[in-house]
Amino acid sequence: MSATPSPARPERPRVGLFVTCLVDLMRPSVGFAAVKLLEDAGCIVDAPVQTCCGQPAYNSGDRGTTRDLAMQVIEAFQGYDYVVAPSGSCAGMIKAHYPELFEEDPNWRAKADALAAKTHELTSFLVDVLGVTKVDASFNGAVTYHDSCSGLRELGVKRQPRKLLASIEGLTLVEMQDSDVCCGFGGTFAVKYSDISGAIVEAKAKNIEESHAPTVLAGDLGCLMNMAGKLSRDGRPIQVRHVAEVLAGMTDEPPIGAAKEPRRA
Amino acid sequence: MTVHSTSPQFKQNAARALNDDQLQKALGNVKQGFIDKRQMAADKLPEFEALRDSARDIKNHTLEHLDLYLEAYEGKVKASGGHVHFARDATEARDIILSICRETNAKTVTKGKSMISEEIGINHHLEANGLTPVETDLGEYIIQLRNELPSHIIAPAVHLNATQVEADFRRVHTHLDAKRDLSEPVQLLTEARAVLRERFLAADVGITGANFLVAETGTSIIVTNEGNGDLTQILPKTHIVLASIEKLVPTLEDVSQLLRVLARSATGQELSVYTTFSTGPRRSTDADGPENYHVVILDNGRSSMLGTAFEEMLRCIRCGACMNHCPVYHAVGGHAYGWVYPGPMGAVLTPSLIGVDKAGHLPNASTFCGRCESVCPVRIPLPKLMRHWREREFERHLTPATVRSGLQLWGFFAKRPALYRFATRAAMGALALAGRQRGRFAWLPMAKGWTKYRDFPAPQGETFQQRWKRERKGARA
Repeated sequence: MSATPSPARPERPRVGLFVTCLVDLMRPSVGFAAVKLLEDAGCIVDAPVQTCCGQPAYNSGDRGTTRDLAMQVIEAFQGYDYVVAPSGSCAGMIKAHYPELFEEDPNWRAKADALAAKTHELTSFLVDVLGVTKVDASFNGAVTYHDSCSGLRELGVKRQPRKLLASIEGLTLVEMQDSDVCCGFGGTFAVKYSDISGAIVEAKAKNIEESHAPTVLAGDLGCLMNMAGKLSRDGRPIQVRHVAEVLAGMTDEPPIGAAKEPRRA
Repeated sequence: MTVHSTSPQFKQNAARALNDDQLQKALGNVKQGFIDKRQMAADKLPEFEALRDSARDIKNHTLEHLDLYLEAYEGKVKASGGHVHFARDATEARDIILSICRETNAKTVTKGKSMISEEIGINHHLEANGLTPVETDLGEYIIQLRNELPSHIIAPAVHLNATQVEADFRRVHTHLDAKRDLSEPVQLLTEARAVLRERFLAADVGITGANFLVAETGTSIIVTNEGNGDLTQILPKTHIVLASIEKLVPTLEDVSQLLRVLARSATGQELSVYTTFSTGPRRSTDADGPENYHVVILDNGRSSMLGTAFEEMLRCIRCGACMNHCPVYHAVGGHAYGWVYPGPMGAVLTPSLIGVDKAGHLPNASTFCGRCESVCPVRIPLPKLMRHWREREFERHLTPATVRSGLQLWGFFAKRPALYRFATRAAMGALALAGRQRGRFAWLPMAKGWTKYRDFPAPQGETFQQRWKRERKGARA
């Protein structure tokens, strides 16, 4: 298999799922929703052994560890036609930042460029690369959508999730005020500068509530955990889910931060 | 020495700002205005994005040949009868300005808005030497009365509301009728105008900043909305232009391009109300203008940014769009940053000018949301430069020990996938079990920063990789 993607798309592309460390550890159902969406679209999906894209080290100034982890990812995913992540932040790390890490190492730089070229955020892969226009799912009610920053500004993810959501029967999308403004997560920022992060997510929670949608969706689990944690802390009964769960019609798991429904007799 | 910095206390500053109801109200009022106006101005100009590229290129070109353009500029100013003084640091700049003031026996010094004058703390220096500096930009005038630094580079008093300004005017303008009505903003404005008018007429020296210095002609340019800058530089006998080295631009043609993105990015105006060009002292045929024209060009650490990753920061044209769009600035305001320049541009520039050991918090206090870069008229990659500072801090072991050891531990596991899978499987299993009842945690050991403001959602239990192996890999084997 060639390291650079061929211009002609294979009929059944082999996709390496970069599941992301947060989805792997916290909410595997998002990963399986991504697998379903990709398989429904005709992909052969595999999830090689993986840990993290290295972003926490990168944004903390630790380039050495970041490079080590990037090399690990580059090697694990070199055999696929595409690499897809249910996260704009991790896909953005691979696409926009991996090449920068190897500016002085032409050999690894070439490998990083090749990986960057074939890596995509999930919804933009479905819409922009595979040309998916409709998903096989139903949902009852209104949702509002938060645009996570890296996906939005590094990868231009905005209309793709909305386009797919619009194809779901029974679902209405209600835009919140400032959907494109940061939720205050920012990785370790949320812990290091918790007072500021707390104030930013408070504004976000208010905008979500004022949309009157009972469900909020986004494409990045970090932001979702931040928003879900704030909404539940404030006693706002709003369901929080990754957009892939709704697009795949896989909403049997309780929403983020919610307990399993007690079984009714 | 430049002005005192409280940047090392950024966290405390921020906490205080977040609990300041009045400040929060003031910040809420400004948040949307700047953003909407910039967007409308950008949308109305089809070539706006192309102009941003061009603005970036002009500044890059200038910085690459800065020595040549500085020399050319100096030659032109001299030829027009003016004087150019180069100041290595704040102390030199202050001394130069004071000696010019003394040469003319100045008593009152009016000032147009200048961030460089804040950087060198010129007002205090003049006062300490028996002169009376008077800020004539309304916002600057107000914060001078309050002995504060500006909280925004183009809207210095944006952290205040009208009631506070009224109280300040009553406290200082004691020669006016105590029973006068100041309940409307326009009454405050009228009063400031009347008070400042007398100062303009009394001034011996006028100090202005410069948005651009044009090498081709030796011209300095200021953009203002109040007209105070013009009165500051035309009425007194002596005009001092105070600017930093990166304000150089090769030609008037270049300036006209930069002006097209500056006001649009700043306030959403096509052009500011006044764009004033001044070249040298008054000529015999001029109806007005200063007899003496001096330009003080400050370095203060900027030349050491040339040739480094931070050179890109020297493109900045001080429009303020980055802070207008910054969620952190919106939350804490400008004073929390603790020095002259707030917001994302301050988070990159301040460590360069006062040291990353003092200003280390600033480039860390960012979510990297990237909104600043997306609106910067000269396309400065602000998040990338903030990350460069974090790298410098990490290399110099300035990163807090807890963060460092946490990173190390996490890195150890992340680099060993088998061990990582084993450890995370156990950890997530235990966490899921503990959080089964409520689906979230209101408190978790070592996650106080998180749980102070929000719950921590419980994991589902089995990790993705565990289940994948069980369901898919197992099935295939």
